[in-house]
Amino acid sequence: MDLIIFLICSVIAVACGINLVLQKHPISAALSLVGVMGSLAVLYLLLGGAFIAAAQIIVYAGAVMVLFIFVIMLLNAGAEPAGRKRSYARLFGPPLLAIFVLLIAYAIQARLPRSEGVQFGRFTGGSPEGIGIKVFTDYLLPFEVVSVLILIAILGAIVLAHKEIR
Amino acid sequence: MQANSVPLSWYLLLSAILFALGVAGFIWRRNIITVFMSIELMLNAVNLSFVAFSYQLRQADGHIFSLFVMVVAAAEAAVGLAIILTVFKNRQTLEIDEVESMKY
Amino acid sequence: MNFFLLSIIKAAVVAFVLLTTLAYLQWAERKLLAHIQLRVGPRRVGPHGLLQPLADVIKLITKEDMIPSHVNKFFYLLAPFIAVAFALLPISVIPFGTEVDVGGVRTWMQLTDLNIGVLFILAVSSMGVYGVALAGWSSNNKYSLLGGLRSSAQMISYELPMALAIASPLLLVNTLSLRAIVQNQAGWYFGIIPRWSIFQGPWPQIFAFIIFLIAAFAETNRVPFDLPEAENELVAGFHTEYGSMKFAAFFMAEYANMVTVACLATLLFLGGWQPLWSPEYGSNYFPAAAFTVTGLAALYAGLKPARRLDKYTLPAAAVVSFILAGLFFAPALNAILLPLFWFAAKVGAILFLYIWIRGTLPRFRYDQLMHFAWVFMFPVAMVNLLITSLLVAIASK
Repeated sequence: MDLIIFLICSVIAVACGINLVLQKHPISAALSLVGVMGSLAVLYLLLGGAFIAAAQIIVYAGAVMVLFIFVIMLLNAGAEPAGRKRSYARLFGPPLLAIFVLLIAYAIQARLPRSEGVQFGRFTGGSPEGIGIKVFTDYLLPFEVVSVLILIAILGAIVLAHKEIR
Repeated sequence: MQANSVPLSWYLLLSAILFALGVAGFIWRRNIITVFMSIELMLNAVNLSFVAFSYQLRQADGHIFSLFVMVVAAAEAAVGLAIILTVFKNRQTLEIDEVESMKY
Repeated sequence: MNFFLLSIIKAAVVAFVLLTTLAYLQWAERKLLAHIQLRVGPRRVGPHGLLQPLADVIKLITKEDMIPSHVNKFFYLLAPFIAVAFALLPISVIPFGTEVDVGGVRTWMQLTDLNIGVLFILAVSSMGVYGVALAGWSSNNKYSLLGGLRSSAQMISYELPMALAIASPLLLVNTLSLRAIVQNQAGWYFGIIPRWSIFQGPWPQIFAFIIFLIAAFAETNRVPFDLPEAENELVAGFHTEYGSMKFAAFFMAEYANMVTVACLATLLFLGGWQPLWSPEYGSNYFPAAAFTVTGLAALYAGLKPARRLDKYTLPAAAVVSFILAGLFFAPALNAILLPLFWFAAKVGAILFLYIWIRGTLPRFRYDQLMHFAWVFMFPVAMVNLLITSLLVAIASK
């Protein structure tokens, strides 16, 4: 069961990722990204991260991506025009990326210690309780710093986007 | 390998593939919004490895890291989209190649 | 019994009841609105228009399924599916009652209980905005686009106060599982005041409840926040270009969202299936008494019929009420029906409030809507959360 779910979700994630790269229209790309995020959320559940899976959907898919789609709709962004192509990027890009993935695959195979596979339910430290305890004890300072960061981001966004009143 | 379990390396490999796709989108696409979304894809790929390592080490720390990544991504999206709006307001274009006045 | 078989049976029952409820909710809304506005509402199909939902379904199914030529086909067809799927999904984690014994099989009146139930509902409902936004964008029509834009901005803005309002009762009950949330609201203060979240100490969540309700109205695009489909500004907003079953899908999604939000409010704030007062003072006999009184009232009205057909329809309604009252005296059914009655009564009261407000209030202007969300709702929800957490921390010392 775990294997089947993993295979389905990873195939969806990779297909949506490829679609994101290939689609010319930003809305299609945005929805492919939502597909990637949704399947990753299921994988997080398999890895025992119930809270992080919910946060992935609520924050990423439900808020950040809606913001993207909102901006795409607001600017009425059309498909990319078929302009000049950078031929060297098309020529060397795919082989280089393939080499990158193969190198990482080799590193994973060579360096990762042998261990039993991932099974759903073996690790439950990612429950809301576990995350809450961690955040408010070990990671209290980073948590507060991040909240200041997001406050700054809100102010910055307002300053950048507001209409100047003369 | 038992029938009902997935090797951890597969998760890491999936993460690497998604990261590579994010890099590809970042380099090839010329619409600012799509480039921005490619960055989000890379962040997501990294999150997946954090959560996978967290499972391997049986510690929730990786989850906290990915939580922070999400928060930073949300902040980045807010500021980045505001910048995109401003660029569009001033130049009526979303092509990164056409926003080049700082180049010369 | 086999787990899968049991789950399938439960899912079928829940789906059937939910879809029937949605159809009749629409009938109830039309009827109530009509009476608020001194009209009579639907009464041609069946007695008092009771078969109107069926007629509507037949009409919507048999209409020509037209796709306008200027739309983006893929997203145009995808949008209603997204809307209706994410609207129906949350019902799977909502508990309707206690553990019951049906023919020797013990089971909960709930499809499944997640330990992140509240987060699940929040996540799924936050995905629902894609249906509306995509419908608006793919229709390739300026009114639809404006509707979609308004909807996505409105939903993002009102999700914040809603999430903060949900967080404060969670501090009192200390869990995210919807079943445990209701169980933690059991009991009474002095045997009279129920320990629901809106009355529970150390800080009764009455403000959170009001904020949640207002934000829920905005999240479900209902009057006075129905700007995405404001008919006198935007024709029909995001679903202008949709007809037949695709329109029905959006319609169903809206009503399913209403039901979900009402269920969530009931579970989080009103104590789910916990009765209004203690069984020591006879709350177990209340449902039967209520149905009997309804039956007697219908019978009395039937004796002096205002309209010709009332001579037959009102006594029939009285008989149905008496049968329902009788069901509560059957010991086997009593345990199932009592929690269900209290749950349905609370959900029904909130749904009535929805319809009542639709018949009463005018629509917001768009800037007022945003101003209200960010300048009033958000700070109030924040302060409420702060006070709650402070008092909970002090009380737990």
